[in-house]
Amino acid sequence: MTLLDDFLMRAALAGLGVALAAAPLGCFVVWRRMAYFGEATAHAAILGVAFALGLGLAVLPAVLAAALIMALAVSAMTGRGFAMDTALGVMSHTALAAGLVAVTLLADVRLDLMAFLFGDILAVTRWDLATIWGGAVLVVALTAWRWPALLLSTLNPDLARAGGIDPRREELVLTLALAVVVAVAIKVVGVLLIAALLVIPPAAARPLAATPEGMAAGAAGLGAISALGGLWAALVFDTPTGPSIVCTAALLFALTSLAGGLLKRG
Amino acid sequence: MSAPLIATRDLSVRLGGRVILEKVNVEITPGEIVTIVGPNGSGKSTFLRALIGAVSAASGRIERAPGLRIGYVPQKLAIDRSMPMTVRRFLGLPRRIGRTAADRVLEHAGAAGLGERQMTDLSGGQLQRVLLARALLEQPQLLLLDEATQGLDQPGAAAFYRRIEEVRQELGCAVVMVSHDLHVVMAASDRVICLNGHICCQGTPEIVADAPEYRALFGSGTKGALALYRHEHTHDHDHAHDHEDAHE
Repeated sequence: MTLLDDFLMRAALAGLGVALAAAPLGCFVVWRRMAYFGEATAHAAILGVAFALGLGLAVLPAVLAAALIMALAVSAMTGRGFAMDTALGVMSHTALAAGLVAVTLLADVRLDLMAFLFGDILAVTRWDLATIWGGAVLVVALTAWRWPALLLSTLNPDLARAGGIDPRREELVLTLALAVVVAVAIKVVGVLLIAALLVIPPAAARPLAATPEGMAAGAAGLGAISALGGLWAALVFDTPTGPSIVCTAALLFALTSLAGGLLKRG
Repeated sequence: MSAPLIATRDLSVRLGGRVILEKVNVEITPGEIVTIVGPNGSGKSTFLRALIGAVSAASGRIERAPGLRIGYVPQKLAIDRSMPMTVRRFLGLPRRIGRTAADRVLEHAGAAGLGERQMTDLSGGQLQRVLLARALLEQPQLLLLDEATQGLDQPGAAAFYRRIEEVRQELGCAVVMVSHDLHVVMAASDRVICLNGHICCQGTPEIVADAPEYRALFGSGTKGALALYRHEHTHDHDHAHDHEDAHE
């Protein structure tokens, strides 16, 4: 396939895949006020990278495992009445710092740390592309399948119980999906900015949406525009790609917030 | 007497190491209205949550009639403003329903015309009626209401209870409600259960209001209120209907 030989085409497809995967999950991150939870999970990924490089394992499963362990650990802490933002602040930054230290200690090769911190979308390979789209399809399928149960559990756990839904199981579904998104997004935006990709497109879609489904679709659309727009801006202005994508998303957020405010007044 | 819809047998519940309910035996039979009263922290809400299976029993058990359909109205529903949610979409969770079904059940609950509104824009009384509508969707045999009139003024609460009475007559469902509005609620009930970790006393509203255990918890003042409500009720001026809407 000559189409995929073009690095720009691969980059664009990678960005679209991550935007698609992050949209429905990002909505739950916003609704459940889990922004810092997402960040802690993403930061744990750098620990996974360190272990993979140190032990000579594949990076993807190691990142997936590290993100999942972090997400489960934080979930367990929530149930025990910890002050959530403090606990997350400790976990999140410890994971990041320990990951950076471990990478330097374990990997004697001169590793391009920046690629893991901020992503390197222009270096996406066909294999990366397959991973990203595989993960995206998995996350979208998972959230679509559990959608009503996830929504009701988010609204009110007791109503979910009365409807025969186990809210803890649904929470586990979200945790799993979050780990997958982190694992596939690391190549595109890097661990530092994954949380931004989860939170900003849904937040930008919020003023335009009347239903949860509308917000998820809007987040996917705005995420896709951010990915392509960011890629374009990075080429034109010669700026780093991951941060350019996040800046584009932030710009969209500002525009929809403004539009939403005007609509409400009008 | 017909077989109970749901029955607790020596039900005990612990939360965070604290005993909330101890050896509670309650049977709910089809069509009756039962009110649970009790001071704060007496385990009223926990009891309802145990009935829907949201908290598990430390000992004892809950027996449900096979295929029992329960409608549950929670004490409060705090919807984050970050979630867009129309009333109609809310009614369709977790099972999608058609527009006509949604409109019918909204009208049934006294919330006609609210289908397109955002949940976060509803007043307290409107939200209560929407929650009631959702609970009525699956034609419940048992309706559980947890402090359903919190935040409503007294005429609003009285109107809400009258609505419950109508619903009971139309659906023939049993109703179990927890409430603070002692006098209003007790007058509308077939049976009152006074709960304080265990069952203090139970019976018809008059019997419970006279019971020494009840008076020890609430004082004798509420009996006067009960009489007052009865008095109001016997010559109904119909002033309470949709009273809360007038303030919107």
